[in-house]
Amino acid sequence: MRETEVSKAPEAYPRLVRPVKGRVVAGVAQGAAAQLRLDPVVLRLAFVLLTVVDGLGFVAYAALWMFTPKEQVKGRDPGRDWGQLAAYGVLWLALAAFGWMTGASSGGFGTWPIAVGGIGALILWQQADPGRRQRWMTGAVKQVSTTWVRTIIGALLVAVGAVGFLAASGELAKARTGLVFTAVVVGGILMIAAPYLASLVKELQRERTERIRQEERAEVAAHVHDSVLHTLTLIQRNANDPREVTRLARSQERELRNWLYQPKQDADATLAAAVRRAAAEEEDAHGVPIEVVCVGDCELTDGLVALLHAARQAMVNAAKYSESPVISVYAEVEADEVTVFVRDRGKGFVLDDVPEDRMGIRQSIIGRMERHGGSARVRTEPGDGTEVMLTMKRNT
Amino acid sequence: MKTVRVLIVDDHRLFRSGVRAELGPSIQVIGEADDVDSAVAAIADLEPDVVLLDVHMPGGGGQEVLKRVLGPGSQVRFLALSVSDAAEDVIGVIRGGARGYVTKTISGAELTDAITRVSDGDAVFSPRLAGFVLDAFASTEAPPIDPELDSLTQREREVLRLIARGYAYKEIAKELFISVKTVETHVSSVLRKLQLSNRHELSRWATARRLV
Repeated sequence: MRETEVSKAPEAYPRLVRPVKGRVVAGVAQGAAAQLRLDPVVLRLAFVLLTVVDGLGFVAYAALWMFTPKEQVKGRDPGRDWGQLAAYGVLWLALAAFGWMTGASSGGFGTWPIAVGGIGALILWQQADPGRRQRWMTGAVKQVSTTWVRTIIGALLVAVGAVGFLAASGELAKARTGLVFTAVVVGGILMIAAPYLASLVKELQRERTERIRQEERAEVAAHVHDSVLHTLTLIQRNANDPREVTRLARSQERELRNWLYQPKQDADATLAAAVRRAAAEEEDAHGVPIEVVCVGDCELTDGLVALLHAARQAMVNAAKYSESPVISVYAEVEADEVTVFVRDRGKGFVLDDVPEDRMGIRQSIIGRMERHGGSARVRTEPGDGTEVMLTMKRNT
Repeated sequence: MKTVRVLIVDDHRLFRSGVRAELGPSIQVIGEADDVDSAVAAIADLEPDVVLLDVHMPGGGGQEVLKRVLGPGSQVRFLALSVSDAAEDVIGVIRGGARGYVTKTISGAELTDAITRVSDGDAVFSPRLAGFVLDAFASTEAPPIDPELDSLTQREREVLRLIARGYAYKEIAKELFISVKTVETHVSSVLRKLQLSNRHELSRWATARRLV
């Protein structure tokens, strides 16, 4: 931000002119700020401050106004920023009231604290990051112009406070009334500052949302590039292999769908996400679509990890041997137990005919479940498909 | 067997012609529409038995069509068809008045079957929709406001669970030792609860399942 602003600044000092666009009174402060490479706001505040101190700012402004030529613009002059003018007017009013009350504006000792403090504040202000300050300021100005009512109320309070104080200052006995009025004045100043402070907070929030949105957009672009475009290229290259094209399209579809519609889940932490991931991996490995439906969700425990391995083995069996066009997986989490069904509509088999040494069903599914305190039931009939039902208590 | 007169509403031309080609001889496609306005006009004009309704369309989507067409005395029945698996869309279009929801990957034979079922006044639940319903009706601790509408019976739960497990109606009937007609009655009753229940959980649940 800072670099770009510096590089944009002209090398040689340009002639001092009063710009028309964005002027508040006559463009003096803006012109001088461009000359000094400062924020116009700083100079405007300086003029306001010096005006309070013996009217010095007023004289300086008038002199500069007279000696500086107006910037030439084509067409009609753009309008003044009345909202900003009102804000500075109110600020001046507040400072003047404060000056009167402390007797500072008479050129006495009290003048200097105000001037020194004000200049210090301006330096601090100038220290802030220019880009951020710029955005704060535009936000603040916008806020002021949209909350006219608040500005007017603030100005009225300040005026009432000042007048009231003047009326009361003759009588020392009524010093308390004076204090009340001082409170009113401070209240007025706070009211003037409130929109500015509110806009600061709002601006920061907006900045954050903007940043999040940009990150999100970058993520979408990266995702589309890495996955969808890549898959489309692969599909074109494998155009003469329908099986591979289907597999690619299917796995891309699944991935995109998960990305769009599934809440972000950690596949290592929750059951539903883990079941989905296992199904996706087996679907990719064997080229058979696996439809997954999950009801409820819970944290993975040791027992559930065993359940998951058994379910995966059931999916592998179905994909490899059943010749079913599609496999259905249904996982349901209940209050005390988790059940997973893996079903195919393939050719089925006779359970008793499975040789003892076949590890798939006996060991990886039934044995594993029983070792972990769960149960497995296999229901199958030749020609009628196979369904494996796995149950595990949640707290094991 | 009577033929069912169907209107296809979808903004993808390729998809419309694909569906037309896949449907069985018992289905007669009498028209197509590609946005909300033309769909509403075509429904009034052609009076189809069943409207195949895409969930996502320019001009408000399927829910807008449902809102503008369904009212007292309307005879037309809707079967929602979508590529989206977002719970919000599914629940939204069912609560909007559709009698069923299937995903676009469904085979021609299954779609023909689903259309016939909807035209007979039954409901069509995909496994995923059944899962959503079980999830939505289960995910609450709050006592139901209207027990008749706000909770599922044990039997309805069993039927939905079997649908979610990938069972066809006929297989469910066999499994539970009931008739196919009874299965259909249970599913229609779940559909009615889904459409009429006022419970906030349903919509809140669907919203919570939105992409985060």
